[in-house]
Amino acid sequence: MLRDARLIAAKDLRIELRSKVTASQILPFALLVLMLFAFALDPDSQALERATPGLFWVAVLFVTVLAVERSFSLEGGDGVRDALRLAGLEPGGVFLGKFAALVVQLLVVEVVLLLGVLLLYSRDLAGVGLLAATMLAATAGIGAAGTLYGVLAAGLRVRETLLPFLLLPVLAPVLIAATRAFESALDGVPSDGWPWFNLLAVFALVYIGIGILTFGSLLEES
Amino acid sequence: MTTPQAISASHPAGVRAPNGTGSSVSRVLGVVALAAMGLLVWLAFVASPRDAIQGDLVRLLFLHPALAWTAYLACFIATAASIQHLRKGTVGSDILAHSAVELGAVMTLLTLVTGSVWGRPTWGVWWVWDARLTSTAMLFLLLLGYLALHRIDAAPEVRSKRSAVLGVLLVPNVLLVHQSVEWWRTLHQDATLLDRQFDFGTSDLFMFTMIFGFVAVTLVFSWLLLHRFRVGWLEHQVESEWLDEAIEARRAEAHAESHDGTPTTGGVAR
Amino acid sequence: MEPVIHLRGVVCLLGRFPALAGVDLSVEQGEIVLLQGPNGAGKSTLLRLCAGLQPVATGTARVLGHDLATESHQVRVRVGLLAHATFLYDDLTVADNVRFWTLAAKADLDDAQRAMQRLGLADRLAEVKVSRLSTGQRRRVAIAILMARRPELWLLDEPHAGLDQDGRDLVDALVREAAEVGATVVIASHELDRAAQLAPRHVTIVGGAITAITADTAAGPAGVPEHQQPEAVRSAP
Repeated sequence: MLRDARLIAAKDLRIELRSKVTASQILPFALLVLMLFAFALDPDSQALERATPGLFWVAVLFVTVLAVERSFSLEGGDGVRDALRLAGLEPGGVFLGKFAALVVQLLVVEVVLLLGVLLLYSRDLAGVGLLAATMLAATAGIGAAGTLYGVLAAGLRVRETLLPFLLLPVLAPVLIAATRAFESALDGVPSDGWPWFNLLAVFALVYIGIGILTFGSLLEES
Repeated sequence: MTTPQAISASHPAGVRAPNGTGSSVSRVLGVVALAAMGLLVWLAFVASPRDAIQGDLVRLLFLHPALAWTAYLACFIATAASIQHLRKGTVGSDILAHSAVELGAVMTLLTLVTGSVWGRPTWGVWWVWDARLTSTAMLFLLLLGYLALHRIDAAPEVRSKRSAVLGVLLVPNVLLVHQSVEWWRTLHQDATLLDRQFDFGTSDLFMFTMIFGFVAVTLVFSWLLLHRFRVGWLEHQVESEWLDEAIEARRAEAHAESHDGTPTTGGVAR
Repeated sequence: MEPVIHLRGVVCLLGRFPALAGVDLSVEQGEIVLLQGPNGAGKSTLLRLCAGLQPVATGTARVLGHDLATESHQVRVRVGLLAHATFLYDDLTVADNVRFWTLAAKADLDDAQRAMQRLGLADRLAEVKVSRLSTGQRRRVAIAILMARRPELWLLDEPHAGLDQDGRDLVDALVREAAEVGATVVIASHELDRAAQLAPRHVTIVGGAITAITADTAAGPAGVPEHQQPEAVRSAP
């Protein structure tokens, strides 16, 4: 299973290296969202500064929707779904591979976004350990849920409209927990944030588990 | 994998398809549920006194928690049926899950509405970011998501399989959303405002009416679920009916070809 | 010995449409069979069914000794399907694609390299993105991937379509070679003249059912008429 996962993840990342869709479209879009928040909330009133953690994670959720759509539009091409089944790849491995490639790309975007909010919304970096742990756990959860819901919507004519509607309510716990954990970290009280990290870890584990178990029947349908 | 059942269901030799959704069992259940609702109305509006603080509003309490309970019950039924569908691929489990979610959505909406009606005079606003209200609203959105997926225009196996995966996720999602929202609100205040403002447990009649409300609403829920399931089953049978005809029509193409030699065109090229 | 393909009364649905409406067919090991019929007759669906990609609605379907209703997994990894869709990632190069699909199928990379050379993909085209290829070149990549898998059952849907003269001759040569080493080949084709020379047995499918099976005694059982082979080998790149 891990062999198949590595193969799929390497393939997805290679496609990104060759096409640069994340680098040239999704990443600039994330920065654009940061600008839009500044237009919506008066930058002088410190609203931006106070809302930084929440705005950061809302921006990440927007990026997630795009990244998941991209990840599965790859597999929507020219009969690729059939080919994956013909190759005899383990469904759990396909899930983990898609998941890993998505997480890597999201983490890259998040690091740039974090630099962006620190710079643009003038926050100081604090609680780095909690920030990093939160980012990893939250991204694992977002990636696992994104991969699972991505394949649920993949190949349907209504996928672009269906995916955000299915995925975003499910990610509400991640938004809540990651935002609180970031708040604690940036406010310099990381001890308040660790329970939220635990919630994020549980979320990620639940979704990775269900993803591995159910991906088979999703690839199996004709 | 649902198709073998689809076909065998369409011609069980000699068995006539029912032409309604009722049966003797469901009729008895319906009468009992109706009687229980009647009794509940009497208990809630005639037998029970007004509350000292809440006034008539307290009567919503005979309905609101029971509605919420059936909404959660529907989620558990949907997830259990979805797991069953992924394991066995039976058509019935998909129909049951879909029926449960549909009813669950109705119950969730009623829970929200009754909660909001109760909240308006109590809090002075229609909506507060109370933990329980918020997670109920999220539950409603999750259920709508399932219904949206179940409505997609795709092959029946594809639709039921994808819906089943979403159904399996329903209970974990409800738990995760509930937990996170609860913690989110307890940062600033108590999790829910509902519990604090009553002084119940004093009157036996009050307690009895509340518990009886659960029974009556659950009966109505069961009756509705049974009939919704049967509607789904009949729909499925109607969909299966065309199959014999379609196969006949398809074979006729072959006969036409072998008799007059003109190539038939049309149909799906795959 | 059990036939490689053994279908009895197979009905196969595409959504609500019975693409196959009761197919009976047996194909023995090492046979080359031509599947012919008008557009929409069910040729492609029959090939997909034999590849284990299409659920069997009713009837029994056994391929390579496995029941498709329960064991399609075991069948899929042993067949090679050349479909209308070429199963390629547009953003990857030819070499990337061949490498990925070869590793995915747990096949041998050296075989893949040889297949690419045989199809003229090893040199200039190897590092070109698939999105820049012509239809014929895409077909060649798909054929290379199929060869690298060394399938026991070749299911070829219009294998000559989109290919130039060289490519068509090459496909014929590859099919004959595969049959010689014991693989079974089913070809769906509109190019009846060309395919008829390859395949001794012709199966006609109309309206989702088999209407005629004719055996051409002129071609040998392995389908290798002597005068055809040297030409085909010469034209291989």
